[in-house]
Amino acid sequence: MSEAVLTRTTPRLSAGEALAGWMLTAPAAIAFLLMLLAPTLATIALAFTDYELGAPALNWIGLENFAELLQDRGVAIALRNTILYVAIVAPASVLGGLALALLIEAGTRGRAAFRAVFFLPVVSLPVAMAAAWQYLLHPTIGPLNAALRAIGIAGPNWLSSSDTVLISLAAIGVWENIGFNLVLFLAGLTAIPRELYAAAEVDGASRAWDRFRLVTWPLLGPTTLFVVTITMTRAVRVFDSVAVLTQGGPNKASEVLLYAMYEEGFTYFRLGYSAAITLVFLAIVLALVWLQTRVMERRIHYV
Amino acid sequence: MSDRSILRDLPRLALLTLLGLLVLMPYIWMVAASLKPLDEIFRASLSLLPERFYAVENYGKVFAKVPVWRYLWNGVVVCGGILFFQLLFAVPAGYALAKLRFPGSGFAFGAVMLGLLVPYHVPALPLYVGFSQLGLLNSYTALIAPATISVFAIFLFRQFFKSLPDDLIHAARMDGLGEGEIVWRIVLPNAWPAATAFAIFSVVAHWNDLFWPLIIVNGTSYATPALGVLYFRSDEAGDDFGSLMAAAVLMTAPLVLAFLLAQRRFIEGIATTGLKG
Amino acid sequence: MDGISIEGLGKGFGGTRVLRGVSLAVAAGEFVALLGPSGCGKSTLLRCIAGIEQPDAGSIRIGGREVTGLRPSGRDVAMVFQSYALYPHLTVEENIAVPLAMRRLNAAQRLPFLGALLPGTRAARESITKDVRQAAGALGLGALLSRRPGQLSGGQRQRVALARAIVRRPTAFLMDEPLSNLDASLRVQTRREIVAIHKAAGVATVYVTHDQSEALTMADRVAVMQAGEILQIAPPAEIYANPQDLRVATFIGSPRINTLEAEADSGGVLRVAGQAVGMRVAGTGPMTLALRPEDLQPAGAGLPAIMEGVEFLGESLLIHLRHAALGTALVLRLAPEDRDTLPSEGEVALRFPLGRALVFDGAGKRVAVHALSPEATLV
Repeated sequence: MSEAVLTRTTPRLSAGEALAGWMLTAPAAIAFLLMLLAPTLATIALAFTDYELGAPALNWIGLENFAELLQDRGVAIALRNTILYVAIVAPASVLGGLALALLIEAGTRGRAAFRAVFFLPVVSLPVAMAAAWQYLLHPTIGPLNAALRAIGIAGPNWLSSSDTVLISLAAIGVWENIGFNLVLFLAGLTAIPRELYAAAEVDGASRAWDRFRLVTWPLLGPTTLFVVTITMTRAVRVFDSVAVLTQGGPNKASEVLLYAMYEEGFTYFRLGYSAAITLVFLAIVLALVWLQTRVMERRIHYV
Repeated sequence: MSDRSILRDLPRLALLTLLGLLVLMPYIWMVAASLKPLDEIFRASLSLLPERFYAVENYGKVFAKVPVWRYLWNGVVVCGGILFFQLLFAVPAGYALAKLRFPGSGFAFGAVMLGLLVPYHVPALPLYVGFSQLGLLNSYTALIAPATISVFAIFLFRQFFKSLPDDLIHAARMDGLGEGEIVWRIVLPNAWPAATAFAIFSVVAHWNDLFWPLIIVNGTSYATPALGVLYFRSDEAGDDFGSLMAAAVLMTAPLVLAFLLAQRRFIEGIATTGLKG
Repeated sequence: MDGISIEGLGKGFGGTRVLRGVSLAVAAGEFVALLGPSGCGKSTLLRCIAGIEQPDAGSIRIGGREVTGLRPSGRDVAMVFQSYALYPHLTVEENIAVPLAMRRLNAAQRLPFLGALLPGTRAARESITKDVRQAAGALGLGALLSRRPGQLSGGQRQRVALARAIVRRPTAFLMDEPLSNLDASLRVQTRREIVAIHKAAGVATVYVTHDQSEALTMADRVAVMQAGEILQIAPPAEIYANPQDLRVATFIGSPRINTLEAEADSGGVLRVAGQAVGMRVAGTGPMTLALRPEDLQPAGAGLPAIMEGVEFLGESLLIHLRHAALGTALVLRLAPEDRDTLPSEGEVALRFPLGRALVFDGAGKRVAVHALSPEATLV
């Protein structure tokens, strides 16, 4: 009987199903079009114009913006600083997160408490925490330099010296990201079957390092790859701490891509040029995703 | 090995505690400074406790100079509005992509996957131009509208709905429910884990966001908590770290308290959801 | 002795005592099955022998050597896990090689790239490869050496796990439900292979299972465990025919052994629902009379029972009845051609050979049975 019902209703249902499918996706599709697709395409188009906010008209200038980018010392520094920032934040917060995860996973006591402590920066308002860092790193009244003075070291002017500003911002970046990575690694670690560790012990891997090499590290491979790429994409987007603490200074020593894009677009209103910087940013993000999928395909297909 | 003696566990616990304190440093000093008068802060002593308890003055100054409640309210409206529309758009779309066969569904899913690759900074410039032409700068609309479409939410709900049994949907259809009713009365109630995880992810992201409000908002009436701290820092506080830290504490507190109350859900929502996505 | 000997092993998790003073001796070359329902402590016992769990009390000797407190790597045992626990990132060959590499190469020689340059590494690697290929060949894995576990069927993974265990020629094999993830036909085939491997290696083997047919078909001796204790350890036939504990009697055998409440009077005469059943036991008070389904026969007179139904199993029939006075369910196994000896409904009488009657006292311990009179060999 159910057979009969099915055959009778199926054709009618699929016409209805198509209609329902369109109706249910329509709101999302419209919002997608208006808020994501059209403006993204417009950004790409803008990058090839000389559009400035308030200008009466815009002209197609082809690749001129990109030619200017190549000459622009500020953008070159921003690119260099962004890469440097990522090159410090990503490895430090990935390895740090892994080390913390292993340390937490090594025992049963205090797991939730420690996890919460290290995760706290992830949910804290970055602007407010940047203000707290500003106080902490303040050259004269900051507790860090006060502590250094107490042991006889004259601390630098962390955020206002071009030698230390990027390192300081990167330290804040590591602080913001390490808890996030820790949680991802903890999830990866709990997914490793306990029996593999037992098997490794029986097989003669008596030292912790042997078990790490034989079981933990290889089985954490997919997690590590994911953590590395997600940390890199998060770090490339560094904006808040720069906007609050340094505005790219001193003397562009902490200029980064997104802040350069923001300044060109919304301080100088050179929207065409700002769009070109945005495309450089987008290209880096896409390159990271591409790298991730390539590496994913090549290895770590265990099961 | 799980029941190790506390003595053998002690080095591990000590190391973790030390590292934990290091991570908590900014919070500790932020709160400490918000309780101190300015002259004590300027003495740069390493004592955490204030000699003169100055919290009332510091926090009082913040409340007197800054529309704290306004900022917090704006934060609530913006986050609530964004979440409402994200769910309104993403849940039906996620259901349709997971369970319905219709022409164009493959194309739509492709668009979602493509959308996942684009950071929200990329469409910002044209959106700013658009809102400014419409005269909508400095409005809730401009703060909320760009975030109403979350391809991540569509993707997440699609994955989740895919795991719901088809028979549940068939049974609902046999019982005479329309597709719209199925979404809100059958599918969503079964999607609470995904919905809460996404809600936490979304609220944290937008409460903490500075980039878009900084572009679109000018002045205090529509400023979010993030902007509020920024304004206070540059306009009112100057070198008055006591009240600046008080403002920072006030604006950070809501999410941090919510996190401490529902840690596991927060961690699932923010980090582990991303792992699946 | 050179096998495994365990004395008074105790282990608790939190408040629950999982092992309550277990003692067990496995001779070199002997195959002992630990049989019991899930949660009886059999896996914990095995993991204590392996050194994966540390017991709270008692001692373990393997190969004549005290190993209590030693790490698993120091015990010279090999283990096959229920989930096989193969390293998913290593090939079949590399998986089998792990226990050899851990022993024949030192930490520096195991380093990637660099280790290959150190003196002695090449010779050791060659000997490992030779032994790995031999073990793999013995289990028919020769063609699969470069595959990863993810590309293997369940049965093939199981063989890799076995190869990894035998490659090292350990003092003892420990197997934790190794067949439970295989389908039924493969399970029967692999049983014989494991027995053959054990015979060839001649190594003390402890095999944990909840499947009585595995235990009875494979083991030299079966240790029946329940609630953290070994109730009885004996050869399979003995365990089946001569259980010393009511719990052993009811656990072994399918369908379950028939049990009838009984009473022994002051003279030891056993009665079921007031009816003397022709025997005297060494004891008085409440007893349990246990009878295997194949030991019950229809007769002109005997235990009164009411027919309830017949199940056809192919090679035999199961007759379901109920004791007329007690209401206790009874099962009787009959050859199909004997179907006519019973009516399809109504009351029948059942008898049994006295030598097959198992009687247990109130505490569940076996008591001896004597015929009441020479001619009363049947009820």
